[in-house]
Amino acid sequence: MLYTLLCYHDEDVVWSWTKDQDEAVMSKIHVVRDRLTKEGKLGPSLRLLPTTAATTLRKTAGDPLVIDGPFAETKEQLLGFYVLDVADLEEALAIARELHVANPGATYEVRPVALYFGDEREAASA
Amino acid sequence: MTDLAWINAAMIAARPQAVGALLRYFRDLDQAEEAFQEACLRALKSWPENGPPRDPTAWLILVGRNAALDGVRRRSRDAALPDEDLLSDLDDVEAPLAERLDESHYRDDVLRLLFVCCHPQLPDTQQIALALRIVSGLSVKQIARAFLVSETAMEQRITRAKGRIAKAEVPFEAPGPVERSERLAAVAAMIYLVFNEGYSAGEGEARAQLCGEAIRLVRLLLRLFPTEPEIMGLTSLMLLQHARADARFDAQGEIVLLEDQDRSAWDGKLIAEGLALIDKAIRHLAPGAYQIQAAIAALHARAARFEDTDWRGIERLYGALERHQPSPVVTLNRAAALAKVDGPEAALAMIEPLADRLAGYFYFHGARGALLLQMGREREARICFDQAIALAGSAAEANHIRQHLDRLEKDFSSPVSAKVAAARP
Repeated sequence: MLYTLLCYHDEDVVWSWTKDQDEAVMSKIHVVRDRLTKEGKLGPSLRLLPTTAATTLRKTAGDPLVIDGPFAETKEQLLGFYVLDVADLEEALAIARELHVANPGATYEVRPVALYFGDEREAASA
Repeated sequence: MTDLAWINAAMIAARPQAVGALLRYFRDLDQAEEAFQEACLRALKSWPENGPPRDPTAWLILVGRNAALDGVRRRSRDAALPDEDLLSDLDDVEAPLAERLDESHYRDDVLRLLFVCCHPQLPDTQQIALALRIVSGLSVKQIARAFLVSETAMEQRITRAKGRIAKAEVPFEAPGPVERSERLAAVAAMIYLVFNEGYSAGEGEARAQLCGEAIRLVRLLLRLFPTEPEIMGLTSLMLLQHARADARFDAQGEIVLLEDQDRSAWDGKLIAEGLALIDKAIRHLAPGAYQIQAAIAALHARAARFEDTDWRGIERLYGALERHQPSPVVTLNRAAALAKVDGPEAALAMIEPLADRLAGYFYFHGARGALLLQMGREREARICFDQAIALAGSAAEANHIRQHLDRLEKDFSSPVSAKVAAARP
């Protein structure tokens, strides 16, 4: 069963980390990632740039509007996600717990996947 | 990260907003700072035991405010001391407080703090010192080391700045739109000065850490003004320049020029963010000096190899920058780009008129020498390089020019160069 782990974190905190602090978190996360990779449970995963670098296309009554943001006044922003191929919710939660130990400031939303399309770039070049 | 490292990171991130909110309560910088410090001390005791609060910033503000009020009460002896346990059990009050902070005060509090530090009556040096102390939370010792002055001198500089602010009776209300945009420009300029202090430092110098601090400050400013193209431009510019930090010096600490840098050592994450921001900014069709400089840095970042650099584009952007911010230094940079597309003669003609105004400028003589060298005028080039060395601001700068001279020595004795010299009348 495919689950997505959506990682939320306070951007002010994450982007205040020094290079050393950032690397310390990432190396702990990599331990978990490596194991999941070996077990064949890790799908695509990525980390996002801060929301200040984002642009949004939003519906209006007429043509959609392109605006800077999102800048929802929330404490935590989407920082990245993992796609997991696991047996059930319990296993997904166990992985979320492990990642939480590596990055204790983060919040993880475990969200089941409805439709999955892989990376299609190789198919395009073939 | 360990608990302690996480707590430390959370306190650093919370600092601008927390000190800003405490400044709103107390209307006094010293009192706000003391209250924040007291809150941090209590956090170090409470968070490892009780776990981190849901909203560390709100926790620090509330505890800081209460601690300071306790202090006042203790001094006036008109009330019993509150129970310490009440302070660590904040869960009930925390949630509504956090929401109030988010909705209304966040922007104004942080902005007020930045505006206070960049008060027009403070000279640049005091603005920078104050911002690094109050907003970034560097210790006086760290700031003193970065600016190569004694701790006492830096302490005095900061005290004088605070004194001026107290005398100037800085209004604590949020500024109006006109004042806001004027002072926004002052804050941006202060942050870029901090960055340049760090950027001009040699490798491993204490000053170099200022680049990281400046980037934290500009991110803060961008979060406050997320749709302001010039703030996007400034952030992009600093990220793209800082991305090259690890490639700018060799193992001996000597400067490595852009053309010789190992581009695989550039920081891809910083470049991605810098490029994303300048792309966003350009969509606003409101160009400014920071955006143009970021666009120039972006053309460098986009070139996989030095040979792939879009020099025509860079030359045009410097032309645009000349119109926005006329300066002989900008013209000098434009000439360096021009030399790549139209040759050293055209570039030399562009910079000759600057000779009087840039007579005391290290880079002018270095660049002029390099152009003359390209044209085979070694003797004149040598004079330029000697002048550049005399004006160098750091050992690394002087060494860099000396390399040119060394190469010149070698070339003079080599057969190839002898041929060139012989071919000249």
